[in-house]
Amino acid sequence: MLAWIGRQATSLVALVGRAAQFIWSILAAIGDVRTWVPLTAVQVRRVGVDSIPVAVFIALFTGIVLALQSSYTFTGIVPLYFVGVLVGKSIMLELGPVLTGLVLAGRVGANIAAEIGTMRVTEQIDALEMMAWNPVSYLVVPRVAAGILAFPIIVALALVAGIGAGWLTSISLLDLSTQEFVRGLRMFYEPFDLSYPLIKAASFGAIVAAVGALHGYHTRGGAAGVGRAATRAVVMSCMLILVFDALWAVILL
Amino acid sequence: MIRLTGVSKGFGGTSVLTGLDLEVPTGTTLAVIGRSGTGKSVLLKCVARLLYADAGFVMVGGEDVGQADPRALRRIRSRMGYVFQFAALFDSMTIGENVEAPLRREGVPPTEARRRAEAVLERVGLGGSADSLPAELSGGMRKRAGIARAVVAEPDYLLYDEPTTGLDPVTTAVIDELMVGLKRDLGATGIVVTHDIRSALRVADSVALLHEGRLHTEGTPQEIRDSTDPLVRAFVEGKSELWPEHSGPGR
Ligand SMILES: Nc1ncnc2c1ncn2[C@@H]1O[C@H](COP(=O)(O)OP(=O)(O)OP(=O)(O)O)[C@@H](O)[C@H]1O
Ligand SMILES: [Mg+2]
Repeated sequence: MLAWIGRQATSLVALVGRAAQFIWSILAAIGDVRTWVPLTAVQVRRVGVDSIPVAVFIALFTGIVLALQSSYTFTGIVPLYFVGVLVGKSIMLELGPVLTGLVLAGRVGANIAAEIGTMRVTEQIDALEMMAWNPVSYLVVPRVAAGILAFPIIVALALVAGIGAGWLTSISLLDLSTQEFVRGLRMFYEPFDLSYPLIKAASFGAIVAAVGALHGYHTRGGAAGVGRAATRAVVMSCMLILVFDALWAVILL
Repeated sequence: MIRLTGVSKGFGGTSVLTGLDLEVPTGTTLAVIGRSGTGKSVLLKCVARLLYADAGFVMVGGEDVGQADPRALRRIRSRMGYVFQFAALFDSMTIGENVEAPLRREGVPPTEARRRAEAVLERVGLGGSADSLPAELSGGMRKRAGIARAVVAEPDYLLYDEPTTGLDPVTTAVIDELMVGLKRDLGATGIVVTHDIRSALRVADSVALLHEGRLHTEGTPQEIRDSTDPLVRAFVEGKSELWPEHSGPGR
């Protein structure tokens, strides 16, 4: 047992060390603008456009469920237009960015880890280095930049979809008019409610892409290693998303 | 000149290379033979610093590879061509783009890069495959594309990891000629890791047998052919009964 804890602790320390070194190499590669900027556009398309359907799908159902559950909770006690308050606030502040982030951790993070991991085990990364290409500015920085750019866009669409679905549910299934729903939506609204989820989304984008790239970059042991890298990337970015979600709440709210 | 002095490399407790000394004079080719798993690929990677030697020195053209800062390392590597054991082609690029990549990096104009890439592909017998993706080629074709990519920029140092493994005898002869030609035309210094003893004797000025992480024997092809050393004989004749017992790879 003690030995097990010891092993876990050493591997954690090793991981933190690798991560710190990795972040450092990313920062050092940012100067290599000519390499990563052209590649970022491609990655934004892959990360962003392809992820929109699943993010919107999830937001739609979240909006529907939130509207129904809040009306169920409020019935008889709180005025029904509070459904608008609850749907708006929860989607914008928490569920929109976090659910989208978690889903994209699975989709985008695993993809990045598997792709870079395959390049590692097939020695393509060594080949890049032999050509005096910096693999970090060639592979990692474009993906991290794409994550930072694309996640807020995806989350913005998810917010629209979620609140839209909540509104449609309210007017069709609940005893609520559009006016009342909008009244609730605007009641406690502050401009920061909109930048807050987008800031969170950008940070989640950086986390998902960088964690995926980190695990891919340090992949070892063939196809099984690639699978392991993808799994670890997803688990670790999900945990970091939740940690950072709490952190942002402490710092920004 | 490539020189290794006392190079050691291990992975988490198991040592692979243990104080290896080797010297490859400028303009010559050294063939490295040895059983699977003795660390031949590790040796090549240490020369290119894709792996960092635990101890010892690696000198390439008078520069200490281990001490090189990132810029010096880029400079050294830009004069090297590396043929990876499993080709390591960029699978998102076509064969043509793969072979052009080292030239594009050096700032060779696109049309000239294309022309040179096509010429080299022609030479390794892949004239019509420039637009194929690596996944669409056979193993031997990928291998040859990897060779084309390594030699296209006419490097001064060539590191071949099993360039002819998996190729038919005719293609093997073509690749052997290519290696000899590059040495003759460019004065390239080369290390060829190979299991193909005939190929080794054909292309190399000197043959080194690696055993248990060290240099066991080194000699000219003639000396190797005539050697009475049991390990060398086992290799040249391909007979397992000549191999001393309990000295398999990695012990
Ligand atoms: N990155 C690595 N991490 C851990 N161990 C490694 C690594 N690379 C090589 N090894 C180990 O080093 C030893 C030598 O490997 P190497 O690939 O150099 O053998 P080789 O002589 O090239 O064999 P082959 O002729 O089959 O290609 C093997 O036991 C291998 O398991
Ligand atoms: Mg090998």
